[in-house]
Amino acid sequence: MTSYLIRRFLYAFPLLMGVNILTFVLFFVVNSPDDMARLQLGQKHVTEAAISNWKHQHGYDVPLLWNSEAEGEKKVTETIFYTKSVGLFLFKFGVSDSGRNIGDDIQQRALPSLALALPTLMLGLLVNISFALMMVLFRNSYLEQAGIVLCVVLMSISSLFYIIGGQFLFAKLLKLVPISGYDGGFAAIKFLILPVLIGVFSGIGSGGRWYRTLFLEEVEKDYVRTARAKGLSETQTLFRHVLQNAMIPILTGVVVVLPLLFMGSLIMESFFSIPGLGSYTIDAINSQDFAIVRAMVFLGSVLYIIGLLLTDISYTLVDPRVRLS
Amino acid sequence: MILLWTDGLIFTLLLSILGIGFYLRGKEHLKRPLQTIANNSVGMVSLVVLVFFVLIGLLDSVHFKQQGSGNEIISLLDVWATPLREHGEKTYSAPFATHLYSKEMMTVADGSTQWDYPRLQFGGQHLTNDDDKLADIVQKTAVGIFQGVVSFMALMLVYWLFIKNKRQDEDSVPFTFQPVPCTLFILITLSYTLIHLSGYYHVLGTDKVGEDVFYQAIKSIRTGLIIGTLTTLIMLPMAIIFGILAGFFRGWVDDVIQYIYTTLNSIPSVLLIAASILMVQVYMANHEADFTSVVVRSDTRLLFLCMILGVTSWTGLCRLLRAETLKLREMEYVQAAYALGVKQHTILLRHILPNVMHIVLISVVLDFSSLVLAEAVLSYINIGVDPTTYSWGNMINGARLEMARDPIVWWSLSAAFVFMFALVLAANLFADTVQDAFDPRRGNQSAN
Repeated sequence: MTSYLIRRFLYAFPLLMGVNILTFVLFFVVNSPDDMARLQLGQKHVTEAAISNWKHQHGYDVPLLWNSEAEGEKKVTETIFYTKSVGLFLFKFGVSDSGRNIGDDIQQRALPSLALALPTLMLGLLVNISFALMMVLFRNSYLEQAGIVLCVVLMSISSLFYIIGGQFLFAKLLKLVPISGYDGGFAAIKFLILPVLIGVFSGIGSGGRWYRTLFLEEVEKDYVRTARAKGLSETQTLFRHVLQNAMIPILTGVVVVLPLLFMGSLIMESFFSIPGLGSYTIDAINSQDFAIVRAMVFLGSVLYIIGLLLTDISYTLVDPRVRLS
Repeated sequence: MILLWTDGLIFTLLLSILGIGFYLRGKEHLKRPLQTIANNSVGMVSLVVLVFFVLIGLLDSVHFKQQGSGNEIISLLDVWATPLREHGEKTYSAPFATHLYSKEMMTVADGSTQWDYPRLQFGGQHLTNDDDKLADIVQKTAVGIFQGVVSFMALMLVYWLFIKNKRQDEDSVPFTFQPVPCTLFILITLSYTLIHLSGYYHVLGTDKVGEDVFYQAIKSIRTGLIIGTLTTLIMLPMAIIFGILAGFFRGWVDDVIQYIYTTLNSIPSVLLIAASILMVQVYMANHEADFTSVVVRSDTRLLFLCMILGVTSWTGLCRLLRAETLKLREMEYVQAAYALGVKQHTILLRHILPNVMHIVLISVVLDFSSLVLAEAVLSYINIGVDPTTYSWGNMINGARLEMARDPIVWWSLSAAFVFMFALVLAANLFADTVQDAFDPRRGNQSAN
């Protein structure tokens, strides 16, 4: 177990390196540091001196990948790629191209993101599982048929329509909640209710179907038949036996997305103008702030790798048959 | 005749599908799943709807330069919809409206000015009296339905004369009342009615710059279809080759391929798409000379979007194929082929590839609807198709801000909703049918 974890931990380094190189190439293939400087300083009337000054301040005045003028190992270390990457691996994100501290920004924005994403996930899980259980309980009836049809219909509607429709109905017509915005502390609740509900509702279609197939697979198994044969009622078998055993794939499916919750939901955040990490990333893309994008991509990959690791560990915890080696 | 990149690829795809269909015709092992699909009425109805959409999309994929005015690149569908395309108003107008959405200062005949809703230039302009509008609409609808019924009858007659007689089988239910002809009937009459009406009115209103919304929605079909199909076309070779190789050879090949797809997977796909789209934009800004026409420019961006979506979405299928190949290579028949001294690439092509094809087919059909939905979301955050391309995402994006107006501008949103919903629902239902028919696990369940 321990050796497995250490191996996985070491495996993360080449992965992160690959991610880093890919983002670097994608960004600098089209954008020269000069272009970035011009964009940050404003397009027109920028003197050469101002550009080189900006590049020097932000550390973009060295070659991209290979410094042929420097001596020895500095050929590699005195480059944009090296200087910018080392900081990332130490989780020092540095200063964004527009001059703000990225680490602080991320800390500040992680909470709103989490406040939106965590309730959506939990409530969504509860609703989806109950819906799927209901369909399985009444299987081979018109109720199940109706449930399946409902799922397909809900799945076929773009999430944009749920958001627009929800905003229009609850915020504009009924005026129950504010249309968009955010506030600190508990005042945030009234801003978060609508996005959370919409997020849950738009997930019912695919979620309900997915859990239904999970439960159906479990219902066919021998131990369930035994449970029924010894006289347990259908509800008892479903809740005591099926649900518990189906929990393994459900749990591991949840664990893998858990770390990514920090990254926030891009669409929801920009629609409801919640100052989370998702909207942070989109803003950075639009203003071509390479420092922020790189930091967010790196953070995202780290969280993804942690998620994979947590999945493996949770498998061994809930399913004694699985051993890591 | 001008062949845009996406046109070429779409027709290549069509030809290869036809070719594969021709090659596989009459193969015994495919008869059972195809029979299952044919017997499933929901599947067949959704297939009819899909084919209807595809036909419109194909019509819209034959481009040529318009003679005379401005050398614009237009498609076959545009020629057909010339009145729709050219009958632009000034700004918003509601469906079937005769007047503009907003008031304007107008000069009346006697020279004085008046603050009122101006008359539309084209919508309902044949009416002498506005009170006749309802009667006129009913009459035009009736004419459209009549045309639809007549052409449906003609179609049925042709079918009855040429195909039905040869088969000589007796159906207990009259053919006309089965689900597929019913759907055909509805589709044909509906399109005839809409086409007839749209000659006189803006059936779904006009948008901010006065363009007909019905025309926009029809044009968006091609964009949706292209994103759904070309992305798959681009991703398939990568997914199949990498997936099978990783599963078959294991060892370092497997390690390298796993490394590649874990790396790609761990970058949030939106960021990857955004960065690549940005790259394309900068490239196009630097090479303006190559992209003189708006159509060519938006087409290039559409193609790039498909490629990028393909790069981000092949990993899922690749993983499935790898797992399946790992399982297959231990099967007895593959071991037997080994023992008989069959070469490796022959085993791969003859024994492994055909046996993972059902996974490929199922995932292609399943991906289609999610890609169409993804296009709308991506266009909303401005990293989707070009803003000048007609697409449902752009329609939603443009109409979203107008919800705050009073009275609200609902028609653009509703049009995008209805068209998108029809396509995606049909695709989802058809995907379910295909999955039921081709997935061996599901097949056993229904047989029990």
